[in-house]
Amino acid sequence: MEHVALALMLLGVTFYAVLGGADFGAGFWDLTAGSARSGAEMRGVIERAMGPVWEANHVWLIFVLVVCWTAFPSFFGSMMSSLWVPMAIAMLGIILRGAAFALRGQARTVNEARALGATFALSSLIVPFALGTVVGAIASGRVAYGNAVTDTWSVFLNPFSIYVGVLTVALGAYTAAIFLIGDSARMGKGVIAAAFRRRALAAGGVAGLLAIAGLPIAHSEARYLYDGLTSGMGLVCVIVSALAGLATLAMVTRGVLQWPRLTAAVAVGAITAGWGFAQSPYMLPPGPANSTLTIDAAAGAEATLIALTGGIAFALIFLVPSLAWLFKLTLKGELEPPVHDYEGLAAGEEQGGSQK
Amino acid sequence: MLSHLISLAPLAELSQTTGKLGGGTTDQLTWARQLQALSLIIHIPLVCFGIAFPAIVLFMEGLYLRTGDLLYKRIAKRWSKVIILFFAIGVVTGTILSFEFGILWPNFMATFGDVFGLAFGLEGLAFFIEGIFVAIYVYGWERLPKKVHFLSGVPMAIAGIFGATMIISVNGWMNNPVGFDVVQGVIVDINPWRALFNDYFWHEVAHMYLAGYMVAGFLTASVYAVAWLKGERSRYVRTAMIVPLAFAALAAPVQVIVGDWAGREVAKIQPVKLAAMEGLGTTTKGAPFTVGGYYSHSDNRVKGGVEIPKLLSLLAFHDPNATVEGLDSVAPVDRPGPVNTVRYSFHVMVAIGTLLALLGAWLIGTWWRRRRLPGSKWFYRAVAVSGVLAVIALEAGWIVTEVGRQPWIAYDVMRVSDAVTHAGGIGWLLLAAVVVYACLISMAVWLLRRLAADPEHLKEDEVSTIAGGEA
Repeated sequence: MEHVALALMLLGVTFYAVLGGADFGAGFWDLTAGSARSGAEMRGVIERAMGPVWEANHVWLIFVLVVCWTAFPSFFGSMMSSLWVPMAIAMLGIILRGAAFALRGQARTVNEARALGATFALSSLIVPFALGTVVGAIASGRVAYGNAVTDTWSVFLNPFSIYVGVLTVALGAYTAAIFLIGDSARMGKGVIAAAFRRRALAAGGVAGLLAIAGLPIAHSEARYLYDGLTSGMGLVCVIVSALAGLATLAMVTRGVLQWPRLTAAVAVGAITAGWGFAQSPYMLPPGPANSTLTIDAAAGAEATLIALTGGIAFALIFLVPSLAWLFKLTLKGELEPPVHDYEGLAAGEEQGGSQK
Repeated sequence: MLSHLISLAPLAELSQTTGKLGGGTTDQLTWARQLQALSLIIHIPLVCFGIAFPAIVLFMEGLYLRTGDLLYKRIAKRWSKVIILFFAIGVVTGTILSFEFGILWPNFMATFGDVFGLAFGLEGLAFFIEGIFVAIYVYGWERLPKKVHFLSGVPMAIAGIFGATMIISVNGWMNNPVGFDVVQGVIVDINPWRALFNDYFWHEVAHMYLAGYMVAGFLTASVYAVAWLKGERSRYVRTAMIVPLAFAALAAPVQVIVGDWAGREVAKIQPVKLAAMEGLGTTTKGAPFTVGGYYSHSDNRVKGGVEIPKLLSLLAFHDPNATVEGLDSVAPVDRPGPVNTVRYSFHVMVAIGTLLALLGAWLIGTWWRRRRLPGSKWFYRAVAVSGVLAVIALEAGWIVTEVGRQPWIAYDVMRVSDAVTHAGGIGWLLLAAVVVYACLISMAVWLLRRLAADPEHLKEDEVSTIAGGEA
């Protein structure tokens, strides 16, 4: 049963990496959209696309945390106590990001919009980076079993952890660009869609190069993981991810609008699956921390695993149709909040005086 | 020699544990406690809105669907903005709590995560569903067919209540840890369903459910009562005040009864907490209830208060001659340290709860006999402050139960001092959190004032209705 729970957890990580990652990535594009005037239209599109679904996206993170502490409590305690700094950074970043996003729609002046927008965009970078370092620390065997046994700073400020953090940001930006192509096309904003296509190709290139660079870095810094990713199921996942990534880029280049979302999701999902396979049978693999914890040893009580898995299965009966309905309504454009007039704001500001 | 061999450890210690990851390093304990308390204090009023506000808004929309009167629709639409704002802030502050459980209390999570985790799992799923339907409900006002829109709010309401219920179940478990055994410090024989439906579950859920309606109802009504007192006497303001007020007014008197029930359960299962609530130093038959004064640790009794004879025994056991256990029934290290904090919070909660029950009775009584609101300006003044008072009572009540639970994180089983992280630097995290919360609160206040200043009831598309003579 613990393997079912682990699979569910990794599935949650995948959904969070894809949907939450796209969410964070949208913040990256918001940051780099340009000046208040030139970037206004793009920012409007980003906000309209994110509006209805961003809360639902971030519930994945809570899902992952909860399954983790219920199904693998000693892993959770060891990991959280050793990695409390990046987790705390992520936590504070999520607060600020959520607040900034919810409030940005009420901004009446360009300066207000700018301040909130900057908060939103910066936290969109910091949170995935911090969470990426957490993944990197675990995967490279730098977390020890116990209550904050590992050194607080080196556990996440080391080449491999930092690398995974940067990769996470890049993947998020890439996924976001892919999603936003489809979203802007749906809104009838062809010029913005083309802009996102260019960005998707650039981000895809960067992400691809980073992924390849990962191999030598993992070889030296995370040997157990490297061995896992270059053999068996881990290797299969890496290949699937690479193929899906190439397929995505090919479709984007050819102007396909909606299907790249799926292949981008598969590419990211394959990476998280690969991580799981490569690290097995460990939750805390061999590495510099010299402390391992197998999945079996970390697993919580069987009765709880059964109840949890059963509860999730039961909830899916309601969840899946509801989520499908939400996505359907969103994609059909039936649920968009009113567009905030960033262009009008910028124009009004230029004419000297705040827009009311 | 023989006496050493045959002396047994006190029974209580056999069923305690220092946890899977080992306990004992406590230099971060103060920071961790304050950070956790701060986060809970900020989150809990939002929980009240999650429990009660969707039902109140749906009621308003139901009035619109039944009468076709656009006024109800306008109010419901406006309140929808509050639903999504508070849900978003609730999700964010709730996420912080999930992180904090791991960052601050890793040994508690490692030791008991699989005992109480099921409730959190169900809660997470409930909030997921709630998030979906909040989005559909709030963003689908003009887009979905009327009946579909209304029905989409129902899962939102149910999921909000269910999710909150699951969390309260966990708190109940912390106060009444069941569903497992402790064998030589190791947790075995785990039964997650027993843990979920612990003996505290029912009264805690009932108490918080009503509290949700009181906070959401009185707070919403108070906003419009203030407008009323400032001279805005439109039907809009009246309606927007009466509907939430009705919910709160019905809940408040019932809460007194539920509170009594809760108190009696605490007397039975957590006698030391009850002793702290009263400041009762020694076990007493026919114990008095002391109002005011302060509890002196050195003398182990309350000084300077007004004693009402037999009242504590009467409240705690419905028997004026019942024996109530005092703080000294356990060793000092097993008692909550801040007894006065628990005492005064209890006083505040009961005082405000009683006042709000009287306010509710005033409204219900007047409506029953005269089919209208009370005419007195004092009524509106009372409603105007009732919101803030309800929040204060809410926080005071949670302080009673959580500070009264100390020094235990799992009552009589694991201490907070064994649960806390061994990592350093938590003080800095507290500081960072204070700064971030301050930003968050000022943003929220700023936004609410923006919403309030927006002349919603003079919107262009409803000019014709206004011309029809309602504003």
